[in-house]
Amino acid sequence: MNPTLMIESLPALLQGTWLSLQLLAAALILGLALAVPIAIARLEAPLLVRGAIAFYISFFRGTPLLVQIFLVYYGLSQFDVVRESALWPFIREPWFCAVLTFALHTAAYTANILRGAIQAVPAGEIEAAHACGMSGPMAYRVIILPRAFRLALPAYANEVVSMLKATSLASTITIMELTGTANTIVARTFAPYELFVTAAAIYLVIAAILTAALRALEYRLARHQRAPASTAAVIAGDAHVQA
Amino acid sequence: MDVLMGWGGQLLHGALVTLEVAFTALALGLVWGILGALAQLSRWWLVRQLGFLFTLAMRGTPELLIILIIYFGGSVTLTGLAKSVGLAAGFVEIPAFAAGVFALSLVFGGYAAEVLRGAFLAIPKGQIEAAEAFGFSWWDAFTTVRLPQIWRFALPGLGNNWVSLIKDTSLVSVVGLEEIIRVSGMATAVTGEPFRFYLIAAVIFYVLTTSNGLLIAKLERRASRGERELAR
Repeated sequence: MNPTLMIESLPALLQGTWLSLQLLAAALILGLALAVPIAIARLEAPLLVRGAIAFYISFFRGTPLLVQIFLVYYGLSQFDVVRESALWPFIREPWFCAVLTFALHTAAYTANILRGAIQAVPAGEIEAAHACGMSGPMAYRVIILPRAFRLALPAYANEVVSMLKATSLASTITIMELTGTANTIVARTFAPYELFVTAAAIYLVIAAILTAALRALEYRLARHQRAPASTAAVIAGDAHVQA
Repeated sequence: MDVLMGWGGQLLHGALVTLEVAFTALALGLVWGILGALAQLSRWWLVRQLGFLFTLAMRGTPELLIILIIYFGGSVTLTGLAKSVGLAAGFVEIPAFAAGVFALSLVFGGYAAEVLRGAFLAIPKGQIEAAEAFGFSWWDAFTTVRLPQIWRFALPGLGNNWVSLIKDTSLVSVVGLEEIIRVSGMATAVTGEPFRFYLIAAVIFYVLTTSNGLLIAKLERRASRGERELAR
């Protein structure tokens, strides 16, 4: 191990990290925006649409992300229709292809998580919403979705970390994010341990921060389920008296 | 017209390489998983921390990066070793297959350790006490009471990890192993039909993951046949 090399390559690696984070943010935001309507349609749409969505989810969950990226980046350019379309300047760009694939990929996983969460919302709460005269969309907006988001959060936290790791695959289509940068410096210096272990440490730190942040969010969103501090003290005191 | 454009044999070979990597990594990964779970359940603080560190590192690092570390790092280490012994002057490269299997087995082991530890802890303490009360030795209690239930509790988690492992084998193509994706890439270079061949690769993977998913569901039903079904 050569610590000087590790420190010297740190600025380049951090620049790559910044690109990784941009990829992650773009994929997660787009993915979540797609996942919500997909999850609802998966449960509420007509049979044919439900079937198509089920296939979309199982395809993106059942095939490697690498092949999905190659299909979009290399595969789409095969067709003249695509090359002559107005979208071609975008589809030519590796960055665009990576974000598009990542978004479709995480949308499939997230929609699956959300579907489970929506189904886990207690039936009584939905019935109560309807009994109060809420329409279907309103019940979704006011009752079902807020509840489902909270139920989905622990599983979604795993999905976020898994997407962070997935951004490393962007390096296979020439994007110089963290893994791509480390790989390039290794090709020049031939010091794989120094570079890759530093990169791994950066991923671990980001994963730890993301996990902690989502856990804090989970705690905050459950605040109405906790007893207020004063009551908690009283209950604790009661327990003490009884014991 | 032939959908595979004459690449059927090559693709089949690629699929076999994929399966070979997956099954070898599974066998080796289960060893790491058991060792990892034992470490996490150890009575010694340091061993426990090492067990948790292993799981944390394997779950928090991209699989691709782990493959690159093992492949390039292993080659550098081997070259250094060979030089110090005075064996070879040149560069020693470890085969992509061995590097890929080792790297993916570590990833699988990291996840499996967590699953197995959870399964071990999920067994009610009273059952072990009951076994002891009946005069079972530790080993008898382990094989007749603990093991069948560890299997049942761990199966869903291990099944997920197994399907992920099948998909992760695609990453070994990055270091040059001629599995499905690599073969598809070569076919693409020759025929100029990337969409066709990557779609074929995707279909092969889809068949592999869904069939294994069904198999695991079947095993799960079998493993929990002694459990009462929830009334519907």
